Amino acid sequence: MGFVWFWIVAVMIAAYVVLDGFDLGVGILFPILACSETDRRTMIRSIGPVWDGNEVWLLAGGGTLFFAFPLLYASSFSGFYLPLMIVLWLLIGRGASIELRMHIDRELWRSFFDGIFFLASALLAVFFGAALANVIRGVPLAADQTFFLPLWTNWRVGPAPGILDWYTVIGGVVALVALATHGALWLTLKAPGKLEDCARRAATWLWTALLAVTFISLPATVAVRPTLLNNYQAHPVLFIIPALVIASLVGILSFTHQRRPLAAFLSSCLYLVFMLVGAAAGLYPILLPSSTNPGHDITVANALTGAHSLHVGLIWWCFGLALALTYFTVSYRLFRGKVSAEAGYGH
Amino acid sequence: MNALLLDRIHFGFTVTFHYLFPQLTMGLALLMLVMKLIALRTGNERWNQAARFWAKIFAINFLLGVVTGIPMEFQFGTNWSEFSRLTGGVIGQPLAMEGVFAFFLESTFLGLFLFGEKRLSKLAHCGAAFMVWLGSWISGFFIIVTNAWMQHPVGQQLLPNGTYEVVSFWKFMLNPWAWLEYAHNMCGAVVTGAFVVAATGAFYVLEKRHEEFGRLFLKVGVIAGLVSCIVQVFPTGDMAGRYVAQNQPAAIAGMEGLFHTQTNAPIVLIGQPDEQKQIIENPLPVNDVLSFLIYGTTRAQVKGLDAFPRSDWPTTLPLLYYSYHIMAGLGTWFVLLTVVGAFLLRRGRLFQARWALWAILLSFPLPYVANTAGWMTAEIGRQPWLVYGLIRTAQGYSPHVSAGSALFTLLGFLGMYSLLSILWIVLVYRFISTGPEPVAQAKLQPEAPTTLTAV
Ligand code: HDD
Ligand code: HEM
Ligand code: HEM
Repeated sequence: MGFVWFWIVAVMIAAYVVLDGFDLGVGILFPILACSETDRRTMIRSIGPVWDGNEVWLLAGGGTLFFAFPLLYASSFSGFYLPLMIVLWLLIGRGASIELRMHIDRELWRSFFDGIFFLASALLAVFFGAALANVIRGVPLAADQTFFLPLWTNWRVGPAPGILDWYTVIGGVVALVALATHGALWLTLKAPGKLEDCARRAATWLWTALLAVTFISLPATVAVRPTLLNNYQAHPVLFIIPALVIASLVGILSFTHQRRPLAAFLSSCLYLVFMLVGAAAGLYPILLPSSTNPGHDITVANALTGAHSLHVGLIWWCFGLALALTYFTVSYRLFRGKVSAEAGYGH
Repeated sequence: MNALLLDRIHFGFTVTFHYLFPQLTMGLALLMLVMKLIALRTGNERWNQAARFWAKIFAINFLLGVVTGIPMEFQFGTNWSEFSRLTGGVIGQPLAMEGVFAFFLESTFLGLFLFGEKRLSKLAHCGAAFMVWLGSWISGFFIIVTNAWMQHPVGQQLLPNGTYEVVSFWKFMLNPWAWLEYAHNMCGAVVTGAFVVAATGAFYVLEKRHEEFGRLFLKVGVIAGLVSCIVQVFPTGDMAGRYVAQNQPAAIAGMEGLFHTQTNAPIVLIGQPDEQKQIIENPLPVNDVLSFLIYGTTRAQVKGLDAFPRSDWPTTLPLLYYSYHIMAGLGTWFVLLTVVGAFLLRRGRLFQARWALWAILLSFPLPYVANTAGWMTAEIGRQPWLVYGLIRTAQGYSPHVSAGSALFTLLGFLGMYSLLSILWIVLVYRFISTGPEPVAQAKLQPEAPTTLTAV
């Protein structure tokens, strides 16, 4: 049961990253790619009907985590108190800015919300990356499996780290670049005309940066948490995951050059999924490692809730997810094709 | 201020603010569905226009419900970590189910409902309205199941490590408290929706603008208001009171301001409780009524606060007392107002009765007050328990989050939500003053929608 729920939560988080990732990416690129109000509208319109549904994966994933691993939810959310609150504020600001910018037809009103949309999207990407890096690096868990981390200390990966240190900053940058790339590829898929070309050029540039930060992050990860390799050594078949990361990176670039935007976008989805799966496969069965004493790790075994809940949960979860996937298929089909600033959704 | 107090204020404030939005969207979802159904049956385009107008107001409230709801989902972990650790195996279940079953449904079908009118057939668009309604009411259900378990825990078991897990899923879901609470609460949401629709109608009729729509809204609002206000008081409010009396006797004593156990217990209509002297100042009592309401006979003995050790008294007692009296007082006012309104409507005199229209217009904020007061009653009445009879509130907060951090984020939410309130008022006011007429709308918005709210 523990194994199943570990992967259920992991898949839901991956779904969140892939789906909300592209609309965060559009936000990151917003001031860079959009040259006119028309471009800005097109960009917003490309995510307009779907961003809220995408964000629900965060809620559903968070709820599922709470349900299956209450100890992890309790310990990590209170331990990461300040950054989590900042993330919540950013989510509020971002949601409000996407929806409210159109309501009053004034330059200043729109610029204000455009600014918030960009800042919140970029900072969210950085925070999510740093959060994942914190989980990999580990936190100073006490014997009762609680901790509290300040935002930063001395920026070193020591026994008393902060949320931000050199390693987690790398994680944040990887996420920023990866989601910007993801967003650019989404736009090549959805935007018409000049904007599409701009997005394609941006994707190519970002790809180089992504390659660089990915190759910096992998050895840094192994240096910070060497035990991550244990699972890989025990099951060498897992090495296929990093290979797939590289393959999807190659895919992004070559499909972009071949002007196959859908294939390029899907490669980028796979890149994100395999990066996350790679980390999860290395951590399993640890959910949150302790940076001070491995005996204090939060693991699948000690965080898992009771058996009855988990059995019942599996039934409704499968049922609920089937419904959710149906809705997503319907919605993405209805809004498929290119968007434009003035006409309705692609015809 | 210590961390516990700040965490309580933190949660109380953010959830109270959040609930301002769902109470309208849940109520309005039902009324929009009714409008769509009437349009479908009669083929009268006016009703479609009316539904379209309310959809805009719905969308902006929905958005604010979403952005203020997201923090709620995470605050159990951030500010109530011990509570989450101890009971996550129980309350995590409905919260996760809410995400999987309700939020996906709502967010998808709202998109279809708002953009899909031209692409979907009339029936399918009506179906989308139905799904939006269904999603929001399912969402309300799961959150109420969560809350009901805290009020009246059933179906759980204590594990050796001190945490709780569900042993009977069905017992937990079929918690009688949850169904009663759900009925009363959803009905309260319809009251809010009905009053907002009726007040907008009264505004148009009084202003002599969009009068045709004004009359339409008044009709829908007053009729829906009549039904929901009556059901709100009887049977659901009455039953809620009796249920609380049976299961949380200290809470009902606090709500009624009954310090001393007595037979022929009176109900106090107004008066100010003095916790020290244990009396009600300037009381206006009606003898026997409380005994009768709870036990069905005027003779029955009702337990006062003196029957319980001081440590089991609800904390912030006066607030509990006032919240309850405000809710019940407003409930009475709503019944009066909607009965008179419906009577005038029936007689065909409502649209000329300016005094009645003014009363309806000015009453639109009151359901918000009543719903908030109702939740304060439920939540403060539960004190000092976090999960009634199992976990004290003082056991549940996050021990590692300092008071300073909690205050910092509380201030952050206060600031952020003040700004959101201003935006909300400005935008809703603009929608209402623009009105439902299609001509005015065309100038404001480009032809195609961009996002959920910019319809
Ligand atoms: C329009 C709003 C509204 C109105 C007019 C009323 N209520 Fe109410 N009441 C609510 C809105 C509400 C609520 C916000 O929906 C609550 C909070 C929790 C809940 O389930 O419903 C609630 C809770 C609530 C509780 C507390 C339950 C608990 O402790 O868990 C009681 C005893 C009553 N109500 C009783 C009444 C009575 C006797 C009313 C009429 C005279 C009344 N309510 C009118
Ligand atoms: C929208 C409706 C709600 C309102 C207005 C509301 C209001 C409040 C208020 C005012 C408090 C502070 C009580 C005090 O400190 O004395 C509080 C506490 C709390 N409520 Fe609610 N509540 C609502 C719904 C819920 C729901 C649905 C849940 C659970 C799922 C919940 C869980 C809690 C918790 C955990 C606390 C903190 C502990 C405490 O002080 O009791 N509330 N709420
Ligand atoms: C602690 C308590 C609460 C939590 C954790 C919570 C959580 C949330 C979240 C995360 C959302 C956003 C959903 C989305 O993205 O679509 C939301 C919206 C919503 N919530 Fe809450 N909520 C709470 C209290 C309540 C209460 C008491 C009710 C009503 C009974 C309620 C009813 C709704 C509804 C109907 C929505 C849909 C959005 C809207 O209509 O505004 N919530 N809530």
